Amino acid sequence: MRSFNGGLHLSYYKDVTKERPIKEAAAPRRVVLPLQQHLGCPCEPLVKVGDEVTEGQKIADSKLLVAAPIHASISGRVTAIQYFPNACDFDVPSIVIEATDSIDKATRPGSRWTFDELSPEQIKKIVREAGIVGLGGAAFPTHVKLTAPVGKAIDVVIINGCECEPFITGDYRLMVEKASTLILGAKAIAKAVGARRIMIGIEDNKPEALKAINFERLKARQIFAITVAALQTKYPQGGEKMLIKALLNREVPSGGLPSDVGAVVCNVGTAIAVADAVAQGVPLTRRVVTVTGPGIKEPQNLLVRLGTSFAEVIEQCRGLSDNVEKVIMGGPMMGLTVPNLEVPVVKATTCILALTDQDIRNYPEGNCIRCGRCIKACPIGLTPNFLAEFAKTGNWTEADKYNINDCIECGCCSYICPSRIPLVQYFKLTKNAVRALKLAEKKAVCR
Amino acid sequence: MPINKLIVQISPHIRSKEGTDYLMRAFAFSLIFPTIAGTYFFGLGALALVLFTGLMAMAAEAVFQKLAKQPVTVRDGSAFITGVLLGLVLPPGFPFWMAGLGAVFSIVVVKGLFGGLGFNIFNPALAGRAFLMASWPVAMTSWLRPFDAVTTASPLYLAKIGGAVPDYWALFLGNRAGSIGETSILLILIAAAFLFWKKIIDWPAPVAFIGTVFVLSYFLGQDPLFQVLTGGLVFGAVFMATDYVTGPVTPKGRFIFGLGCGVLTVLIRFYGGFPEGVNYAILLMNILTPVIDKYSRPRIYGGNKRG
Repeated sequence: MRSFNGGLHLSYYKDVTKERPIKEAAAPRRVVLPLQQHLGCPCEPLVKVGDEVTEGQKIADSKLLVAAPIHASISGRVTAIQYFPNACDFDVPSIVIEATDSIDKATRPGSRWTFDELSPEQIKKIVREAGIVGLGGAAFPTHVKLTAPVGKAIDVVIINGCECEPFITGDYRLMVEKASTLILGAKAIAKAVGARRIMIGIEDNKPEALKAINFERLKARQIFAITVAALQTKYPQGGEKMLIKALLNREVPSGGLPSDVGAVVCNVGTAIAVADAVAQGVPLTRRVVTVTGPGIKEPQNLLVRLGTSFAEVIEQCRGLSDNVEKVIMGGPMMGLTVPNLEVPVVKATTCILALTDQDIRNYPEGNCIRCGRCIKACPIGLTPNFLAEFAKTGNWTEADKYNINDCIECGCCSYICPSRIPLVQYFKLTKNAVRALKLAEKKAVCR
Repeated sequence: MPINKLIVQISPHIRSKEGTDYLMRAFAFSLIFPTIAGTYFFGLGALALVLFTGLMAMAAEAVFQKLAKQPVTVRDGSAFITGVLLGLVLPPGFPFWMAGLGAVFSIVVVKGLFGGLGFNIFNPALAGRAFLMASWPVAMTSWLRPFDAVTTASPLYLAKIGGAVPDYWALFLGNRAGSIGETSILLILIAAAFLFWKKIIDWPAPVAFIGTVFVLSYFLGQDPLFQVLTGGLVFGAVFMATDYVTGPVTPKGRFIFGLGCGVLTVLIRFYGGFPEGVNYAILLMNILTPVIDKYSRPRIYGGNKRG
């Protein structure tokens, strides 16, 4: 079975929501749309307080390259543009829209295309205007991904259907329910980057998804060479670098991008959003969110409008149980905890996970006993034990020499450490310190 | 709804159940097998000695940590393991008071003074044994015959002077003179199988260690099987060369460590002044651990750099 080095076999807890079809969540009366829902530069608002907006209308954009515009997810009136709490634990400028009953008709800003008529440039433009970002959680603007750096040819588009984080089943449901749309999106992406090969990587614990996509693949016209590959179920198989290694046996150079090895990796949800933008002219205003965990009374997969508060989404799953201690945006391995339930669902919200006091054990940090489990688990081949030593002693130069910046923060080392050392936490701090150090060095040279 | 008391924390939000205490408990459990063999061949006195050193080590750790005003961590089980390991590498019939001193030396001097769990350079049990060897060499080399406790010589010594040695089968089962826990290869292998199965230890160090002794013995004109089955080789390879703290941390480093242990064991056995060399071979390789660690780091994904 194809895979990568290192990694973990986790308990997946996917059965809870696996068989729950995606259900459209009730439209909220009020949405909060942060001006930055992607990696890169924040957007500028295109509307003022008091303006009336319709669903799908572009309300914020940026002139800079690495940014994706924001669209209204409900029709209504802009009631505030102000700082608002977000999942990243600091406030970000956001546009607040409140539904008004006078405006209820959604307008479709775009038209429908058949993608055979479109040039690669047109597809990229449509993707950009639809505000599409990587929906697997990283939220990198997709149109930037589709624009390979000058001099680099992309020969293969990889669709990431691994969904290796425990609990999350949104991508799985999309693969089962919308396989044909997925294939269409993959083809649009392949056309945009000029690739002839499409590979869809799915972990072998999702046989239904493999079957559904294989069926659609055979129906598709064979302009593109489409292959579906079953991959070993191992965390973090869905990491971009791990997936490329497993499917192509290529390694993205340290500090490089997938385009350096001729690949573009898009998540299942992203490919479907691209298909919707191209074929239906629909911008990204809603996404699938798996609402799950032992703290959720009725876990399910919901299609949620962006900007809906966590509280309102959780309400539709019959609320939280009383002993909830942590609510996480994303999965249990890499997700961010939210400070309260007022934070909105954004483009990166793959999952709302509620963990109870039964699931969370706060162990005291012990001494490293040098068991070496972190080294075996690290999918990159780092030595987390030594990096932690450098982090604790503030030895940033040495941490840099041991390649701290190659760390993908997957959490395998922290998970497996028998001494319960919070390694990822140390590495996040160390990375910031190393960055600051390098910046200072650069300045010193310039002077 | 407990909205106002949600915990904010860095990922990951789930942890493996296998903590340090689990690893220690599993390792301690595996030591039951050689202890059973020792008790069977050398009587309840041997069992008492092993338990005594185990308890002495725990007491020494508790007292030392109290006096040094450190948090008392006896409950993690590591001191007990050190004490039991020391007991298992002592000759049956060894005086209790000397054994107790050895346990105290292991815990206080070799482990505690270097900073406690995770910071000691030398394997505490082996360093304790070396201390006893230097202090009471006669008591440390007075062996007993199994079952009847008649004083006799060790097979390795007999081989060195050209005497008659037990057959392979007796050596494999453990029916020979030797340290309490080291004689029965069979029971040590059962313990090893358990440790591999539970992924408590990994193969590179023990396999490289035993393999090197086998191959080198063959090329140096000695009986390789005899060399593997006697002395403390298999015991040391399984329980001592796999020590997390004092051995290298990467699989590759552990292989190199085992290789070095094997070479040194053969050199001491064939050309040195002692009949047995496992103890010193491992202690000498402990010194090299930081160097091996530095140069055996894995290659990182997407580069020729080391992690």
